[in-house]
Amino acid sequence: MNKRILSTACFGMLAACLTQAAIAKDLTVISFGGASQEAQAKAYYEPFTKATGINIIPVAYNGEMAKIKAMVEAGKPTWDVVEVESPELLRGCEEGLFEKLDYGKIGDKKDFIPGSVSDCGIGIFVWSVVLAYNADLVKGTPASWADFWDVKKYPGKRGLRKGAKYTLEIALLADGVPPAEIYKVLATKAGVERAFKKLDQIKPNIQWWEAGAQPPQLLASGDLVMSSAYNGRIDAAQKEGKNLKIVWNGSIYDVDSWAIPKGDPKSAEAYQYIAFASKPENQKVFSGFIAYGPTNTKAVSLIDPKRADVLPTAPANLKGAFAIDIPFWVDRGEELEQRFNTWAAAN
Amino acid sequence: MATVEATLQGTPDVPLMVKLKRAERRQRLQALALIVPLALFLLLVFIFPLAGMLVRSVENPEVANTLPKTVAALHGWDGKAAPGEPVFVALSQDLQQAYENKTVANAAKRLNSEISGYRSLVMNTARKMPLTDAASMREGFVAIDARWGELPYWHAIARNTGRYTSYYLLAAVDHQIDDQGNIVATDPQQAVFLPILGRTLWMSLVVTVICIGLGYPLAYLLASLPARQSNLLMIMVLLPFWTSVLVRVAAWIVLLQNEGLINKTLIAVGITHEPIQLVFNQVGVYIAMVHIMLPFMILPVYSVMKGIPVVYVKAAISLGSHPFAAFWRIYFPQTLAGLGAGSLLVFIITIGYYITPALLGSPKEQMMSYFVAFYTNVTINWGMAAALGTLLLLVTLILYAVYSRLIGTSRLKLG
Repeated sequence: MNKRILSTACFGMLAACLTQAAIAKDLTVISFGGASQEAQAKAYYEPFTKATGINIIPVAYNGEMAKIKAMVEAGKPTWDVVEVESPELLRGCEEGLFEKLDYGKIGDKKDFIPGSVSDCGIGIFVWSVVLAYNADLVKGTPASWADFWDVKKYPGKRGLRKGAKYTLEIALLADGVPPAEIYKVLATKAGVERAFKKLDQIKPNIQWWEAGAQPPQLLASGDLVMSSAYNGRIDAAQKEGKNLKIVWNGSIYDVDSWAIPKGDPKSAEAYQYIAFASKPENQKVFSGFIAYGPTNTKAVSLIDPKRADVLPTAPANLKGAFAIDIPFWVDRGEELEQRFNTWAAAN
Repeated sequence: MATVEATLQGTPDVPLMVKLKRAERRQRLQALALIVPLALFLLLVFIFPLAGMLVRSVENPEVANTLPKTVAALHGWDGKAAPGEPVFVALSQDLQQAYENKTVANAAKRLNSEISGYRSLVMNTARKMPLTDAASMREGFVAIDARWGELPYWHAIARNTGRYTSYYLLAAVDHQIDDQGNIVATDPQQAVFLPILGRTLWMSLVVTVICIGLGYPLAYLLASLPARQSNLLMIMVLLPFWTSVLVRVAAWIVLLQNEGLINKTLIAVGITHEPIQLVFNQVGVYIAMVHIMLPFMILPVYSVMKGIPVVYVKAAISLGSHPFAAFWRIYFPQTLAGLGAGSLLVFIITIGYYITPALLGSPKEQMMSYFVAFYTNVTINWGMAAALGTLLLLVTLILYAVYSRLIGTSRLKLG
């Protein structure tokens, strides 16, 4: 009897040790899902596991900071590396949701493009919000957001992201505000009015999307003829043979970054992963799978020039494009999102 | 227990009444002991979180915790002109301390919801602390940013010196406190919650009415058919009831979308040439919500109908009543308890609906819960989310009170 108890206990302990070991070798990496995460799996997750033996558990989210906040407040985050957009990164850094990064463990700051290196995050890739359209359904070639508003010339439903961010900028662009002055105009009360007034014009024609994977689906299915979309998602759909086209004029670009939730017990492995994913040769592979620009300047020269042409970082694509104003959205985001909700909910 | 028994048996002088009472009390205690696990469970997963939510909707610790000296220095400020030097000194000490403790962003975020742009004002100023070369603190602050000399920014701090606030609850009903301390309506361009509450109630009402219209006849059919057929029908009611809501919503998207089964059929039959917009609008939301809520109406109505003897209606008809009059005056009143229970169930569950309108509706169909989720997940304004939750809870309680007043809870039959 005693022997059996002993052996059970031993076995139990062994099992416990084994699961402990298994947990130690897992790293939970959070991204925005869809084609972007698939590309990350091929360019980062799989090679990283092969190189280090650390298994990656991929999780998708839509950028909500609530879970991270709850985890950090509870003291033991189970998310180890998180892909975040710039405004969330800045806010989360100030509010102590993310670790201050030790660049000694990642790489030389000088190797990265300006704007992709900050206290709590290091850039993964440059992405753009572009005008995309289904070339089978649209007759002619729309060239700007003003054409997006022209429902007579290009009839059909349009897609925009459900939220104030990007939407207000796009409305002002369509109303003829030059890219360089967008945030100057949007900072004034009259500018906000102007943006909403412009949106009123096509409100009945808009179908709102929330996840980045939606626009290419809705465009391909014919539910939408035009939509704002993340350029990489459209590129991925083009590769699948969908006849979708991108208008680079008036695109808005930003950097997504890796961040480590504060108090992460596996921060050593998290650093290992971030360093791996920041290497030029790995970023080059990523840009091959999805059309997002690398943040490591050394990766740029590695990329095939033909491929480089479809990235947001290509000089031709940057014409008429502008960077999202992060401090603006950190400051005004809450008020404008509330205003947007009020506007969108009204008939 | 053993001692109680001993006293009961060992003291023959005690009158019978007392003995009986003691025995009864013991039984009551035993019965109570049986429900202790349930009570604990309810306390832990229901009452405790609910109380937590109610507290969250009035909690306001950010400014009081982060800027304690400023709060103390502002005590007694008349609010007519920007405060004096001591307040600026206190604020500079607070900001420096909070910046070192990394808590300054909490206060900055809270103040930003009062005035847009306050966040960067606080963060930028905190970064420049301590001020060493300014002649006076006040001048130093104003030199960093002229807004420190403006009244509204000080009123915003003064409004939040307390640890509890009515800010969130007022905002949940589209009101706010202005600089003079009066409760005023929010700017119509920011006022969203009262119209949303109205819409939430309206949509719940429509769903309830449709559920009555569809569910009552079906329940009647179920109750009057022979057991074999009614069992088969019952399974058809229950099968979707047991399927995950998410699965059913996804299925509706597939069926209703432009390239979906229904539109393709309509076009093939020639009823329409263009696909009809059936999803991501009101139609889709109502279809799916009614589908999901229907069993909650059918089951209580059915269970009440099952208990009504057929002979009453037959007797009425045999005595010369018109069949419809017999149904309306004899049968229908007896089903009211089930109908009331079903309606209450459907209405209250529908008020809290989130996933169906979120997936099948446009922004015009979003209900209250969407905004609870929005403030919880996206803006992380948990005070606002809690206040909206409190509002929903309040509406539900009022509805229940009205119902019990009109029909009486004792007549509530939930199946």
